[in-house]
Amino acid sequence: MNEPAFFETTAGPGVVGQPLNRVDGRDKVTGKAKYSAEYALPGLTYGVLKTSDIAKGRIKSIDTTAAAKEPGVLAIYTHLNLPKLAKTPNDPDGKKAIGAPMGFLPLTSDVIYYAGQPVALVVADTFERATHAATLLRVTYTAEQPIATYTDPKAQLFNPEKVQDGKADGYTRRGDARAAMASAPVKLTAVYTHAINHHNPMEPGSTTAVWEAPDRLTVYESTQGVTRTQKSLATMLGLPQDQVRVVTKYLGGGFGCKGSCWPHTVLTAQAAKGVGRPVKLVLTRRQQFTSMGHREDQTQTLMLGASQEGKLLSLIHEKTSTTSPWDNYAEANSKIINILYDCPTFESHYQLARGNVMTSTFTRAPGEAPGSFAIECLMDDLAYQLNIDPIEIRLRNYAEKDPSTGRPWSSKSLRQCYARGAELFGWSKRNPKAGATRNGRLLVGMGMATASYPVHNSQGMARVRLYADGHAVVQAGATDLGTGTYTVITQVAADSLGLPPEKIRFELGDTKLPTAPNSGGSVAAGTVSSSVYMAAQDVWQRLTKVAIQDPKSPLFKAKPEDVSVEKGRLQLTKNTAKGEDFMALMKRAGMDDVEGSGQGKYGAGYETGRPGNPAGPNNNTESTGEHSMHSFGAHFCEVQVDPDLGTVRVTRWVSVHGAGRILNAKTARSQIIGGSIFGIGAALMEATLRDPHYARYTNSDLGDYHIPVNADIPEMTVEFIDEHDPFINAMGVKGIGEISMVGVSAAVANAVFHATGKRVRDLPITPDKILGTKSV
Amino acid sequence: MTDHFTPDSAAQPDGPAPNDGRRSFIKQATGLLGLALAPPLVGQAERLTALSKKVAGVSEMKLKVNGTVRTIKAEPRTTLLDALRENLDLTGSKKGCDHGQCGACTVLVDGRRVNSCLTLAVMSQGKEITTVEGLAKGEELHPLQQAFIEHDGFQCGYCTPGQLMSGVACLKEGHAKTDGDVREWMSGNLCRCGAYPNIVAAIRQVEKSGFKS
Ligand code: FES
Ligand code: FES
Repeated sequence: MNEPAFFETTAGPGVVGQPLNRVDGRDKVTGKAKYSAEYALPGLTYGVLKTSDIAKGRIKSIDTTAAAKEPGVLAIYTHLNLPKLAKTPNDPDGKKAIGAPMGFLPLTSDVIYYAGQPVALVVADTFERATHAATLLRVTYTAEQPIATYTDPKAQLFNPEKVQDGKADGYTRRGDARAAMASAPVKLTAVYTHAINHHNPMEPGSTTAVWEAPDRLTVYESTQGVTRTQKSLATMLGLPQDQVRVVTKYLGGGFGCKGSCWPHTVLTAQAAKGVGRPVKLVLTRRQQFTSMGHREDQTQTLMLGASQEGKLLSLIHEKTSTTSPWDNYAEANSKIINILYDCPTFESHYQLARGNVMTSTFTRAPGEAPGSFAIECLMDDLAYQLNIDPIEIRLRNYAEKDPSTGRPWSSKSLRQCYARGAELFGWSKRNPKAGATRNGRLLVGMGMATASYPVHNSQGMARVRLYADGHAVVQAGATDLGTGTYTVITQVAADSLGLPPEKIRFELGDTKLPTAPNSGGSVAAGTVSSSVYMAAQDVWQRLTKVAIQDPKSPLFKAKPEDVSVEKGRLQLTKNTAKGEDFMALMKRAGMDDVEGSGQGKYGAGYETGRPGNPAGPNNNTESTGEHSMHSFGAHFCEVQVDPDLGTVRVTRWVSVHGAGRILNAKTARSQIIGGSIFGIGAALMEATLRDPHYARYTNSDLGDYHIPVNADIPEMTVEFIDEHDPFINAMGVKGIGEISMVGVSAAVANAVFHATGKRVRDLPITPDKILGTKSV
Repeated sequence: MTDHFTPDSAAQPDGPAPNDGRRSFIKQATGLLGLALAPPLVGQAERLTALSKKVAGVSEMKLKVNGTVRTIKAEPRTTLLDALRENLDLTGSKKGCDHGQCGACTVLVDGRRVNSCLTLAVMSQGKEITTVEGLAKGEELHPLQQAFIEHDGFQCGYCTPGQLMSGVACLKEGHAKTDGDVREWMSGNLCRCGAYPNIVAAIRQVEKSGFKS
């Protein structure tokens, strides 16, 4: 490692780690926080999409006459008149230049690939007029029979070379898993299905595009990464990157679906160009279901071979799922199955079928969430089969190093997570027998599961401007999904500069600021905190230079390497009495402010000094360092199941994680709770149903796509294991956005099994499935 | 303000079964939409639209929001939510679904919580409309706003204005006496970030503090 580490340089307790209230809390509770669709620009107009009712075929005609006559209508764009783009993803070159997952841009031809595909964009002076005019468009189609899912008999399955946007292998093999399986004394095979899930952030996708000049665009966008959106837009519009500005000051949740630039954003920019006025387009909730990706429908088959003592000998994993006509997207479920337990052999395959669907995309814990469902349910089955406690079976297979690479872990506190979680939950009081615990007529079950998430290789920039009056402005082009980036980075800056947090203003969410990676893949906290910390070190180096040249400074003629900084005071490390406060120094030097910048690395790039990935997560280069870097944790769940109705209530929840340094105990707890609730949704209720004949979603609204409501959720207990990891980044932060939901659906399913003796392997676990499954 | 909570209110579940909270809420919310078209309320709509000069096209409307009467030009089909957000630049009230299914747009109308996306602006004339922007008294936050900050009752904040308005009403309705009550009566406000336990804690703290609105 060639960078300093926060561990070594912060002296004394600061605000990092403290349960500080959110610095943006006041703006959020007073309604002042401005989300991307809330900029009242002069001359603002409204864009509304008209989308396709058929999933496959061609547009025969679009009659715009009636719509165009409506008062206030300014323009109607279709594939016949959309202003030309420099590049589209519709050809291989364009696709490569723009970057996945937008593999297809509508309104470029008459071809329909999926239901809900935009076929026209209406711009009018009010939202009502644009909405109404869109209903007056008459579109006729030549419809063909679509493929709805991989289970359609007409679907053609194929083995992709790569999945997840080319970032994971379609086939993996470690040792001879088949031979090991054949000779294993204990063999289990199970098939798991996962319904289509939609991210459904409460804030729908939105774009407000305004052309500041004929060749300069500003976009207020709901995105998890302003830079990635800027790059995609610039490429498609044929503009230099700096001529596109993307702003996201507040984001109403993302969960992966706002991780990329999607077609509606590009179409809005083109419409704004066409009408010569700012255009705002907000997806309707229904359109949200077909505009920004989803977690794909999938089947996993997992085979496990073990010894009589429960020691794993072989794991073989297969996944089949639906992808879009233009993409090979599948979440890489096998990654977590490959690393979670010590198992000498492993094999995994992916199979895809092209359906007439919008592409699937990263959804919170992409791959890890459904992958952990399979492995963690099967480990539970193994425990029951061999009459071993579920925690004990996991300890017997505890991986002391990364089984997939043989590399040591940078840190791993999973044993402590199991032990502490079991203690908080009261695991020892659990009757090991399934179906044997009751509360009145309700069946009570307790289940647990392991969680893990990798530290993805990433890097980003930050800038710190320290003023002589003791204030500082800190900047990084990151985004805060609601996860607390504003707050935790303020805390890091405060400690790095030795200032109280109220003297810091942290600005984010604008491509004018130093480039930060996408907030996704749990990289934001680790990368941005490190870059801010590095920028602060740059400030101190600059000020040290000034001090040692200033005859009036107590540090005059000192060697820079002998000077250190503690709480804003520059002093000799060996003789701390000799030194001075930065404000005194700056005033004497006539400096109003001093600016420093820094690059923070996260993951393998930090350890090796090699470049990280500026785009951030999901690039699977995390295992290039000396260490394998992962967070680990354990979830414990209690359910009560109504034996007559099959309804499941989660009644208790405990999560314990080891995720490196926790920057803010309060927001971190909220994030873990939130992720667990997201997982409980996937476990018990979330499913978007695609009509097998028409390939259209039948429940694309929040009344019919159930996400957890307040009454579904009990009080939850969250703890962190204190973990010091010097290998991952300057701050020792691993990130917790995704791990919070990994293993959750398995913990719920395992609790349901313990309650009922019924093993439901099809998510979500709805009452019909419980009633329709036999006890083992 | 008097308690306007009456049996036809959208937020009142018809049964005590906690399992059914959300389903019955949504049923009732859908019911409300149905009611809006039922004869007695059509009469009311006509009465209210009579305050405007025209029943189609753009006309002037007066909305009393957070104590101030403001005039907007909008169409009869403009929802209260769009009038607040697009005409009055009061963007605190959020649009999550536009269908009465998420609660992000919750505001108080004459002290009662309503989904402003299911309410026409033209019908809201002559009523007291309170939005999240009107909760604080100047710099001094409403105790529930403060409690949301203390208990971290949000992450992204997008559902928060709706949660706050619902929470204020929930306290006033007397539906915050137990954690279970709060969970039940707050189940019309979805939070995808999953801040529910913290929202319950915040509302209960204000309830226990004896706060009277
Ligand atoms: S926007 Fe009104 S309930 Fe969702
Ligand atoms: S705080 Fe994000 S939806 Fe509730």
